[in-house]
Amino acid sequence: MNRSMGDSHRRFLQTMMSNGIIDNIQARALHQHCCEVHSGHYIPDKLDEFIDVINAQLQPMFMNIRKAMSEEDGLQYYALVNLTETDITRMSSDYADNELELFRKAMDLIVDSENGTASSTDILNCADTLQTKKLRKKEAELVLNKFVQDKWLNEKHGEYTLSTRCITEMDQYIRTMYRDLVKICHVCHNIALQSQMCENPGCGIKMHLPCVARYFKGRSDPHCPACSDFWPHEIPEFHRRQSQASQSQFSSAKENTAPAPSTSSSRRSRR
Amino acid sequence: MSQKRRVSATQSRAPKRSQIVGDDEDDEDMSFTQPTSSQVQRARENFTTVQIDRKTAEVVQFILIKDQKKVPIRRADIVKHVMKEYKPIYQDIMKRVTRTFEQVFGMKLLEIDSKNHIYILVNKIEPVAGEPVSLYPSNPKTGLLFVILSIIFMKGGVVKEALIWNTLKKLRVDPGEKHDDFGDVKKLVTDEFVRQKYVEYVRIPHTEPLEFEFRWGLRAEKEVSKLKLLEFVAQLHDQEPQSWTQQFREATAAESSQ
Ligand SMILES: [Zn+2]
Ligand SMILES: [Zn+2]
Repeated sequence: MNRSMGDSHRRFLQTMMSNGIIDNIQARALHQHCCEVHSGHYIPDKLDEFIDVINAQLQPMFMNIRKAMSEEDGLQYYALVNLTETDITRMSSDYADNELELFRKAMDLIVDSENGTASSTDILNCADTLQTKKLRKKEAELVLNKFVQDKWLNEKHGEYTLSTRCITEMDQYIRTMYRDLVKICHVCHNIALQSQMCENPGCGIKMHLPCVARYFKGRSDPHCPACSDFWPHEIPEFHRRQSQASQSQFSSAKENTAPAPSTSSSRRSRR
Repeated sequence: MSQKRRVSATQSRAPKRSQIVGDDEDDEDMSFTQPTSSQVQRARENFTTVQIDRKTAEVVQFILIKDQKKVPIRRADIVKHVMKEYKPIYQDIMKRVTRTFEQVFGMKLLEIDSKNHIYILVNKIEPVAGEPVSLYPSNPKTGLLFVILSIIFMKGGVVKEALIWNTLKKLRVDPGEKHDDFGDVKKLVTDEFVRQKYVEYVRIPHTEPLEFEFRWGLRAEKEVSKLKLLEFVAQLHDQEPQSWTQQFREATAAESSQ
């Protein structure tokens, strides 16, 4: 098999660089598109191999395209990760110091919360206690909008959460910074913010909502996978988004049922 | 959830990137004398392959960050903020950097100003129709820039600023007012686009009151296809690009020389 980089790989990489993160369906369509534009050899279902070729070249540059699952919808995404800067300095070329400080405060609130969310009111209240330089409420609102636009935060009805891009790129940072605060999902072993927690005080494991849905699917009497206590939460349901791309040969059955593998380790072990 | 402890995120700020990128708009180009080949040879022996690879990666990242903001990349900044003690083997490392940009990223590192040693990254991968995910997600500033470059090109390469402002006003972009997408329009065009080397904004000599004119900048010459631009203008006028004889000749000539 040809492992060298062609223009199809370069086009894919550049699109990743300018978008930061794309979802699984987009990634599959982009794979096909890139191969067709450069008359490369297109093999459907071989997206991961295609990305491996790029990653082998990116590794010496301390960059990596990584698979990630969205906490919100359980969908698979691909994010371009910079391994030299896995913390907030990653954003420092795009934001002023006080904007970054506001981001840190938002992150503190979100990670510290029960369900991985922080209200806009709580975040905006931090704006005039910033040490670098205070932000007026109006300015802070604009900055929050920019965080959402740049895909670092998600917003729904005035509640902010960390985006998939943010959690993927800053995985190491979050695990280190909030060592005793952040929990790992029992199913997929990634950071769990928007999640459910076992109420047994001696257990307290967390699971992402999509992971809960997958894990308890079809079970009428859900019990904690760690301590076997009754699982007292409502089991959420997720409807897979259907689009023209996912209905065809692209949607591989295994990705729809198996819990997302912890991609960080499998990806990095190449070469 | 009884004992929560948090390493204070707000205080421990790793200054990695700000150190690398630095604030370098106004410092002087440092003296840069070409080392002799024996000096280079000796210097090479001081560094391991792993160190050189690492330094190459740092330079690549530095340039990528600058390119994201479309800021021109100065050799003096690369030396000062990234190369540092690797300066004697600058040429060696830049050769690797250039190769990496071509082979991995599909970009060409071009020196657009050989006197002041200023580089830009030029993309060899061009946007095409029907992208499922846009190669360049739409940026309103790019649209504005495209309009301005079109006006200059169609008017033969140089225009007085009044013409630009009047045309923009017709498109409901008033340089005197704050715009939702562009903020201070005049500043964007005469400062940001100029710094990014997309346009040149120069005073017309012997004018009273002062008058300025616009030309294409060095980055635009390398990055923007005149033929694509002409096709776009032709489409707007529902005509063939060939109807503008002179522009068509210039555009096709530029295309074949690239
Ligand atoms: Zn999970
Ligand atoms: Zn339990």
